[in-house]
Amino acid sequence: MSAIIQRWKLFIPVLAFVALSALLWRGLYLDTSELPSMLIDKPMPAFELTTVEGEPVSIDDLPGEMFLLNVWGSYCLPCLVEHPTFMRLSEEGEIPVVGVNYRDRKDLAQEWLEDNGDPFAFSILDESGRLGIDLGVYGAPETYLVDANGVIRYRHVSVLDENVWQQEFIPAITELRSESQ
Amino acid sequence: MIPELGSFSLILALCLSVILGSLPVIGAQTGNLLWMSLARPLTAGIFVFLGIALAILIFAFMTDDFSVQFVAQHSNTMLPDRYKFTAAWGGHEGSFLVWTFMLGGWMLAVAIFSKSMPIDFIARVLGVLGILCTAYILFMLATSNPFDRIVPLPPADGADLNSALQDIGFIIHPPTLYMGYVGFSVVFAFAIAALLSGRLDAAWARWSRPWANVAWAILTLGIALGSWWAYYELGWGGWWAWDPVENPPLITWLFGTALLHSLAVTEKRGVFKSWTVMLAILAFAGSLLGTFITRSGLLTSVHAFASDPDRGIFILGILGLAIGGSLLLFALRAPLMKSEASFGGNSREIFLLINNVLLVVSAASVFLGTLFPMIYQALTDDLISIGPPYFNAVFVPLMILLVLFLGIGPLSRWKRTSSAYLVAQLGKVAAVSLALGVVLPLVVLLEFSLAATITVALATWILLAIVKDGGNRIANKSSVSKGLRSLPLSYYGMQTAHFGVAVLLVGAALTSYFSSERSVLLVPGQSTQLGGYDFTLQGTEAVSGPNYIGDQAEITVARNGETVKVLFPEKRVYLASGSPSTEMAIDAGFLRDLFVTLGEKRGEQGWTMTIYVKPFVRWVWLAAILMAVGSSVSALDKRYRRLRKPTLDTEQVPGHAVSGKLRTAS
Repeated sequence: MSAIIQRWKLFIPVLAFVALSALLWRGLYLDTSELPSMLIDKPMPAFELTTVEGEPVSIDDLPGEMFLLNVWGSYCLPCLVEHPTFMRLSEEGEIPVVGVNYRDRKDLAQEWLEDNGDPFAFSILDESGRLGIDLGVYGAPETYLVDANGVIRYRHVSVLDENVWQQEFIPAITELRSESQ
Repeated sequence: MIPELGSFSLILALCLSVILGSLPVIGAQTGNLLWMSLARPLTAGIFVFLGIALAILIFAFMTDDFSVQFVAQHSNTMLPDRYKFTAAWGGHEGSFLVWTFMLGGWMLAVAIFSKSMPIDFIARVLGVLGILCTAYILFMLATSNPFDRIVPLPPADGADLNSALQDIGFIIHPPTLYMGYVGFSVVFAFAIAALLSGRLDAAWARWSRPWANVAWAILTLGIALGSWWAYYELGWGGWWAWDPVENPPLITWLFGTALLHSLAVTEKRGVFKSWTVMLAILAFAGSLLGTFITRSGLLTSVHAFASDPDRGIFILGILGLAIGGSLLLFALRAPLMKSEASFGGNSREIFLLINNVLLVVSAASVFLGTLFPMIYQALTDDLISIGPPYFNAVFVPLMILLVLFLGIGPLSRWKRTSSAYLVAQLGKVAAVSLALGVVLPLVVLLEFSLAATITVALATWILLAIVKDGGNRIANKSSVSKGLRSLPLSYYGMQTAHFGVAVLLVGAALTSYFSSERSVLLVPGQSTQLGGYDFTLQGTEAVSGPNYIGDQAEITVARNGETVKVLFPEKRVYLASGSPSTEMAIDAGFLRDLFVTLGEKRGEQGWTMTIYVKPFVRWVWLAAILMAVGSSVSALDKRYRRLRKPTLDTEQVPGHAVSGKLRTAS
């Protein structure tokens, strides 16, 4: 009897491979070109970290109104491209911007903000990338639109320049604002 | 007309492959000597026709024959000649032809360097490779023929080669990687031939070992070249990014590493046979899976080829046939494999088994991390990403454990090793490693760093264990030089490769923890400081090459006021495609690399740029060279050649007898 079980065990790799093939076959027909966040229409994941300045920060410190969550890093050249847009948004008070300093070093991040200017209400220091994983971040830069209830409503991967702002974010924000009224 | 000859040549190679995949294998099962002896000439024929096909494709590139679609997509009249040559593997179709040609090359090598093996065995090995070759050529002709024409109106000029691929690293990286990958098909074919014949003895392991060693060495170099290329060309600033396309070679490499060690046990002690066969199948599966992932568009990645589900289905079919078939064969035949010896709980066998388990678990976790986003999407329709944090969290602890056992393994004895003996041998080594690990970083860095301590301690551990083991082996020789000469080549190979692990450890850990980088905006005359160096932008000027225009910056690097180096990073725009490319400037050094990538122009004269100081990064690639050399040296050991003559006569006839017996048994 045990000999038979012993023999059947040898077929486990075959079965595992068949299952894997089925998945691969299914995978071929999936569309990976769009990268929506798994968190769209879900609340912000909880976190307890510090800001780039070193002060403790948690989910309760996020603005009580609609805001942008921008994932950036001092190593990230495209972040410099979108930086003027965020500077303008924060100077004109159009919408609060919270930064997520993603997989960076504190000193480098501080330097970057000093050199280039700080458009953020505050920047969450995510050195380990843990918050990034919870958010489903692919890499800096990325920007999320979070509504007044702390629910993620929109995600944009890569540079957010004035064009993207005009064409994607303004309509999304207008729609959300009209929704809430 | 000439490109059609290329297609024709492929078709001829296909016909020969079909024969090679059938007659010699059937001949081996039925004892038909004539059919078996067809294997070698058929292999030579396949190699020649694949070579002709590749030569014709290269000719089409060199003569700017843009009526060939693949040429029109990947070349341009302005492209320098050496890149026209290498553009032959700059896209899916051509690189698959190179891949298949590599397989032909390995097959030819097996046909030539296998005179010591029984004819029925070699007929099966070449037959299995013939079946693979058939599948690859069919795939090429059906879905991705590099000789397809654009009719009736070919374009006047081509679209140009991807600018990131116009580079020396690209000239050599893909062929090396393919060669390593495909090399594991040979080891796989040996394993399948052994399963088919039932000849799973020490001889089978001895025949496989040199092939596995060489394939592994080339794969190691191929991966290192890829890492080097990505480092200086893609400007990620790192030597490893856990990219979905980087991972499959690593998975193959990890399985391959486990296989090398398992083969050693099987050859020396006649145990772990089914495990070794399984690893040979897994290593090969890793290489096929790598092809599947890069060529089907399954995963989004920086350097995936254009997505095409039809190709994916075809490769999945090949994968199913090859891997599914061999796993099934394994399940049917494994009960016939019996261990020839027993061993105790503290033996070298056990330590090598631990090594194998750790390597396989690492490979499995990389595999899982690579495919999980896809699996998750297939099951839930949601997308997630798995990044370096996952891989580092899983991989680093496993590697630390592996290195601990790497120190113990070579010093332990076969069959049984007493714990007291190991403690006596390694107690001092452990103590010194620990002490040095704590003290050295304190002295150099003037602060405690756990990462540096672990790194130094582990590297010392490997190094001292090598010295201790070497010392033991020459202890009872009359002189040191005589003792050193008495050690076999394979021993030197092993220790060189193990030393490479220590070098890799130092390089990988120190560059990960102590690299610094800074993105700045500089105007001419301005300078910035990083890692004790002053970087001053002197100015920029316009430059142009045969097929691009761009800007070049001049940056002087000074340390304590003395100029160390002048760097010239460039930002180029390739004319035909309009695609920009960053040529970073690197000052390479044994202890540190300095490099600068040029970003964007700001205002009148300002430029953004990123500056990196990377300590010990060269050691990563140096380690790969050491490992590759070690593995190749082992393959040259005379015991793989010595047994040539006797096996020829004595084992040829029993070989048939064994297979005959098996057929009645199963």
